[in-house]
Amino acid sequence: MTPFLAIVAAGLLLGAFLCLYRIGRGPTAPDRTVAIDILGTLVVGFCCVMAIWTGQDFYMNIAIAWALLSFIGTIALAKYLEGRQYNE
Amino acid sequence: MSDLAAEILIAVGLAFDVFGCIGLVRLPDVYNRVQAATKCVTLGTCLILAGTAVYDITGAMSIKAALCAVFLLLTSPVAAHAIARGAYKSGVRLWEGSVIDRYGAEVHPAGPPAERIEPAAQPEQPLAAGRESHE
Repeated sequence: MTPFLAIVAAGLLLGAFLCLYRIGRGPTAPDRTVAIDILGTLVVGFCCVMAIWTGQDFYMNIAIAWALLSFIGTIALAKYLEGRQYNE
Repeated sequence: MSDLAAEILIAVGLAFDVFGCIGLVRLPDVYNRVQAATKCVTLGTCLILAGTAVYDITGAMSIKAALCAVFLLLTSPVAAHAIARGAYKSGVRLWEGSVIDRYGAEVHPAGPPAERIEPAAQPEQPLAAGRESHE
């Protein structure tokens, strides 16, 4: 299964570089926020690939924590875009 | 047999992920990008998680992958909706080829604002009005 997993990891890296292109190019702040959110979701998939590749199940703990933190960060950025304070 | 099923699920998920990222680069404005990328990448990552669960069906990875997939399916649409709403409120214009703007007709019945809403230029009034209208 290892060559297949290498291909999957390469594909996810390609997607991550496309997200990085959008983060760098912009042109507005919401574009960058969307790309950061998608990059976090791709990292969750990459953690699954690493879990199968190494056979260590703690990578799935990293995936769950990464999904949680990515969601919180995206919501905070969206509230910032909307022009509201964090305690509203 | 279980390996083959896991490989098929992961391959389909990878295809959805890559197509979502291509949509993120190719589509013309932020609203198109958020819908293409969020839907494709959420489905693709959930398929990769399902493949992980099938690969290690009796182990600890399976239940963690199922938990993570449920969490992603719950949070990803919420995040995308918040980003799109924040983008509209912060004054990002639609692509000129867009045909309808129902949310804009609801928020600004007299027509869209002439330019970007600058928070420093209009300090209190638009914020208070927006808060009342959405609560």
